[in-house]
Amino acid sequence: MINRPREELYAYWRDFSNLPTFMENVKAVVDLGAGRTEWTIAGPGGADVQLTSEITEDIPGEKIAWTSSDGSDVDHEGWIEFKDNAFGRGTETRIFISYDPPAGAVGKVVAKVLQREPRVQARRELRRFKQLMETGEISTSKAPDAAPRGDRHF
Amino acid sequence: MRALTWHGKHNVQVDTVPDPQIVNPRDAIIKITATAICGSDLHLYDSMIPGMSNGDILGHEFMGVVEEVGPANTTLKRGDRVVVPFVIACGKCFFCDHKMPAACDNSNPAEKADASEIAYGYSMPGAFGYSHLTGGYAGGQAEYARVPYSDYGPIKIPDGIEDERVLFLSDIFPTGWMAAENCQIQPGDTVAIWGCGPVGLFAIKSAILQGAGRVIAIDHHPRRLELAKQNGAEVLNYHEVKVREALMEMTAGIGPDSCIDAVGMEAHGFSPDNIVDAIKQETKILGTDRPHVLRETIMAVRKGGTVSVPGVYGGFADKWPIGAFMEKGLTLKTGQTHVQNYLPDLLQLILDGKIDTTDLISHRLPLEQAADGYKNFKENQNEWTKVVLLPH
Ligand SMILES: [Zn+2]
Ligand SMILES: [Zn+2]
Repeated sequence: MINRPREELYAYWRDFSNLPTFMENVKAVVDLGAGRTEWTIAGPGGADVQLTSEITEDIPGEKIAWTSSDGSDVDHEGWIEFKDNAFGRGTETRIFISYDPPAGAVGKVVAKVLQREPRVQARRELRRFKQLMETGEISTSKAPDAAPRGDRHF
Repeated sequence: MRALTWHGKHNVQVDTVPDPQIVNPRDAIIKITATAICGSDLHLYDSMIPGMSNGDILGHEFMGVVEEVGPANTTLKRGDRVVVPFVIACGKCFFCDHKMPAACDNSNPAEKADASEIAYGYSMPGAFGYSHLTGGYAGGQAEYARVPYSDYGPIKIPDGIEDERVLFLSDIFPTGWMAAENCQIQPGDTVAIWGCGPVGLFAIKSAILQGAGRVIAIDHHPRRLELAKQNGAEVLNYHEVKVREALMEMTAGIGPDSCIDAVGMEAHGFSPDNIVDAIKQETKILGTDRPHVLRETIMAVRKGGTVSVPGVYGGFADKWPIGAFMEKGLTLKTGQTHVQNYLPDLLQLILDGKIDTTDLISHRLPLEQAADGYKNFKENQNEWTKVVLLPH
């Protein structure tokens, strides 16, 4: 449950270039136009993983769904859904993210980056999204040099 | 800067550590002028609360002068004097909106929130200097501290009023006040309070201000009982009397209208159940608290009465007298203190001279002597009733 209007949450998410502010492994998302985006995911040892996706469903203020487009390193899909709470407690927000890494050695590395405790990962991304939307910042107790994300919001 | 850091059971020391800096837009950096050792710091000192790391800076009761503010902070400016609530709360979530800052959704960082979600079924709010379960934020027993969401929690203090008159707004005053408020005291009620430590003493003061006809305080340290008496309580020494019998006698067989457990999980006492609890807790096999006082409050309170628990519990209680609890039709009220809610009114009580907040202070030490302060606050509870540390 996020204590902000549905439209506002949708608008922030719909601009995919915002996602790196609260998604831990996502370094950048570039809009390629026509609903297509290119994602750079931080891999171990500085090796980045690129993937491209395209929007499959887009209901303004309610839902965005995406899936990997041809040529992406990693098969993936996901959606996020925003619904007014019936009792006025804000916006019910649900997220689904799934990765299906390719087989082989590279695949294993990718799997390590993307699929380590995916449930935990998704819960944390959503928690950070909520923090950012409600408070304007992402909670951290880390010291400044260990929390480079801090200055992105200035 | 210099700061008091945790290094394991009964091992704290003042170290040189990096200065805190502004991380998030609503942050402030506070130059700390006064900070206190709280009874609940002893749970960390005794290693009863999990989730501590070597080098963590302790301290959650502190005040000071604003040194620097983040760019999104429009309420504080450099030079303001502030008292900082020990509960970190965002001021924007459903719970903060509904006057429950101690249930804040956002102040525990995402990567820390999982542990308490597993242990308690929800994620605890952030707190200063109180283990990584509550966010792992650096505490205030230091020269400086970073205060997140500083445009919401801290209260500005007018010039000309001494630090130690307002310092306890940070924790023990609102904690004692909420403990009394949870009793929903009606004029003339009898309130019994277990524990005459700092929170117990503030609960006594608060219960009287809230209209209690009679306050009965229970402890075994003579100096603490003396302080309770000076604050208008009748006192019982549990080494000398059987508490429940004495309370029944004093209330003509009715029992107190409400009871406050201001002791919590590390209850002393020599009853057999308490000794069993102590062994279990020490071995960490069952992770039980020592709810000896909680049991006693439930047995002693009158039918239809209220038990209020400001004392800290961390795990599980057994031998819970559920029969008495149900048959007597009791109300139990608990919770971490919603500090932010109380600050303006309690500050006004201090400014109006309606409450003395300083009589419990027994020792004032420079920060460098903080380890000595911990040791004595733990071992000489009779004389060391409250320790204030002065970092500057
Ligand atoms: Zn405390
Ligand atoms: Zn909040």
